[in-house]
Amino acid sequence: MKAFAEQFKQRAWRVTRDLRHREIIQTALRKYEVVRDKSKAAFQDWQAARQAASETKWEAINHLDKYLLEFVEKLEARGTKVHWASTAKQARDIIFGVIREKKARSIIKSKAMTSEEIHLNEALEEAGFDVVESDLGEFIVQLKKEAPYHIVFPAMHLTRGEISELFARELGSAPTDNPEDLTMIARRVLRRKYITADIGLTGANFAIAETGMISITENEGNARLTAALPKTLISLLGIEKVLPRLEDLALFLPMLATAGTGQPLTCYNSLYGGPRQPGETDGPEEYHVVLLDNRRTELLADAEQRDALHCIRCGACLNVCPIFRNVGGHTYGTTYSGPIGSVITPHLRELQDWKHLSYASSLCGACTETCPVKIDLHHHLLQNRRNAAKQKPSALEKFAFKLFGFLVNHPAAYAFTKGAGRLAQKLHPLVKGTRLDPAYSWTKTRDLPPIAKQTFREYWKSRNTR
Amino acid sequence: MTEKEKILGRIREALTVPVRLAGAHHGETAIRGAVETPRPTSPTLVGRGVPTAPVTDPPNANAYSSSRARAWLPVVGESFDARLSLFKKNSIELKAAFHVLNDRHELATSLCSLRDEEKWKKIGFHSGELTNEAVHALNLPSCRTDQSCNVADLESCDAGITECDALVAQTGSVLVTARSAGGRALSVLPPHHVVLARREELIADLPEAFALLKTKYGANYPSFISFITGPSRTGDIERILVLGAHGPKKLTIFLL
Repeated sequence: MKAFAEQFKQRAWRVTRDLRHREIIQTALRKYEVVRDKSKAAFQDWQAARQAASETKWEAINHLDKYLLEFVEKLEARGTKVHWASTAKQARDIIFGVIREKKARSIIKSKAMTSEEIHLNEALEEAGFDVVESDLGEFIVQLKKEAPYHIVFPAMHLTRGEISELFARELGSAPTDNPEDLTMIARRVLRRKYITADIGLTGANFAIAETGMISITENEGNARLTAALPKTLISLLGIEKVLPRLEDLALFLPMLATAGTGQPLTCYNSLYGGPRQPGETDGPEEYHVVLLDNRRTELLADAEQRDALHCIRCGACLNVCPIFRNVGGHTYGTTYSGPIGSVITPHLRELQDWKHLSYASSLCGACTETCPVKIDLHHHLLQNRRNAAKQKPSALEKFAFKLFGFLVNHPAAYAFTKGAGRLAQKLHPLVKGTRLDPAYSWTKTRDLPPIAKQTFREYWKSRNTR
Repeated sequence: MTEKEKILGRIREALTVPVRLAGAHHGETAIRGAVETPRPTSPTLVGRGVPTAPVTDPPNANAYSSSRARAWLPVVGESFDARLSLFKKNSIELKAAFHVLNDRHELATSLCSLRDEEKWKKIGFHSGELTNEAVHALNLPSCRTDQSCNVADLESCDAGITECDALVAQTGSVLVTARSAGGRALSVLPPHHVVLARREELIADLPEAFALLKTKYGANYPSFISFITGPSRTGDIERILVLGAHGPKKLTIFLL
């Protein structure tokens, strides 16, 4: 379908011209770069750590059946109910099932990109449930009825002024341009929600096979409250989140923090191994874990790109990507944006619908270089292009390459194109920037360098006859 | 067939295709990692022109042990003093208050001056050798999470006083569990979290912390374990740091 590609182009066109928007994004990401570099430098050997992280995820993903079973067995042994969902709809149905069984009305959520992937909030709201995002950034975009702008910084595109206006309109708070006051407004509103919510819903950063635990990384404490107060807790996670051993976290937690936000370690790194256990003072009475496939097994079957399942969703590749930095997060129209989103979205949805994302890349490789688990991102973009062309060849491209092949094999014809090219370039200004230009989509934002007065062949000839 | 069987079936089918080794990029081939008993490969699915390696069972598990991570993670000194000064330095950066005290008498006076300064009216705590003593010294209405103490009660407390499993010098973290720190909510719901730690609980790094968890709880882990690294914070508005997003605005650590 062309619609998604057209939408991408239109949004990109708009955002790249919005200099204020670009300034906001660049400022935020510059701040990130400064702290990230400092945290990275504290590592004794960042490159060796990346290699080790990559090997650990490789081991987990290439023995996914074994580690998933171990994870589930350990969780179930301590009273957790584990559910398996092949599709987004199945996952939603499972969650609805738990909510209905508990006769719940209100749900408090901590940040979970997987829930965006299955469009859970829309479904819950449509069914009349009260669902509130508790992460500050997610809370802001939920109030604004937008999708998260970035997988780690959901509201990075908004200024404090815009947020103040939003809060005043939606929450009736007094306008302020102090980020602290704004945070306290959200804190007060959400405090009540935690205490009254019937159900808590979280995502997960890692699933530890060895001990049957879910690891959640956060700064605000919202996930901790979500997992502590409501009587029923649900965690939704992709099947690729598995890590073999508890001690693997000694490496993954600081790496996730450094790559994700630039911190040496995120404020709260918590492990949950079940509902409230005998002898414990609090915690949910019931704990449900929903494991989501949603075509991850198709990506697993693609040996070339299997390492895309190593992704720990740190967002580092978004932050360094020259495309993301200029077209912004909402342009992608996908749950996961930036290089990793461009790689996996064609697998999780449809290749032909989302192949355009693989062309929205300068192939500079900054993503591959920054990835803490060494996913070969920019080569995967090339592979997506190749696979898309193989699956559905373009007649125009085929013709273009045939024509080129003919021209370079026939000197007389090639010589003719030189003259024609020069003439065409002379006439070009007449149509440049208008739809009459046959190369409009390319030349509307670019200038063609003038063709040299003398070609190499001409020069060679004149040199030999001198 | 259940969804579980279907998903596992798809995973097993997918894993019959051999794959490039870990961390190798396009065009690169071998790197470290032992290759043992290969899985059966399905000939119909092989041959996408990628340098591949058979999927193997995990190499020697020791190769992945956390002590290996120690060589890459940030450096921590050997001695107690080195750990202490690193923890101090990290606390300052994290905006956590860290005080080293000589004896229990000092603890009582420090806590009482905190109480007066912040005008505490009620505190939350759990029963423990250090916490009991502290609460006795504070002489305030209190709410004990390991007895009956509901959420609204705990929410009205001005501070939550807990013990911990360890302090991690490398990261400035406090390691707590549902068992060592009075449950899940006590260390996150009240606006000020006060940690009482013993000298021997100051450990070097994250690998040591995970080794400690394994020895202490290996047979029966608490359902909640957390590394608390500074007071609650957010940067969600223009990436400007604000403390006390949802959890405590203040974190005070007393080392005895």
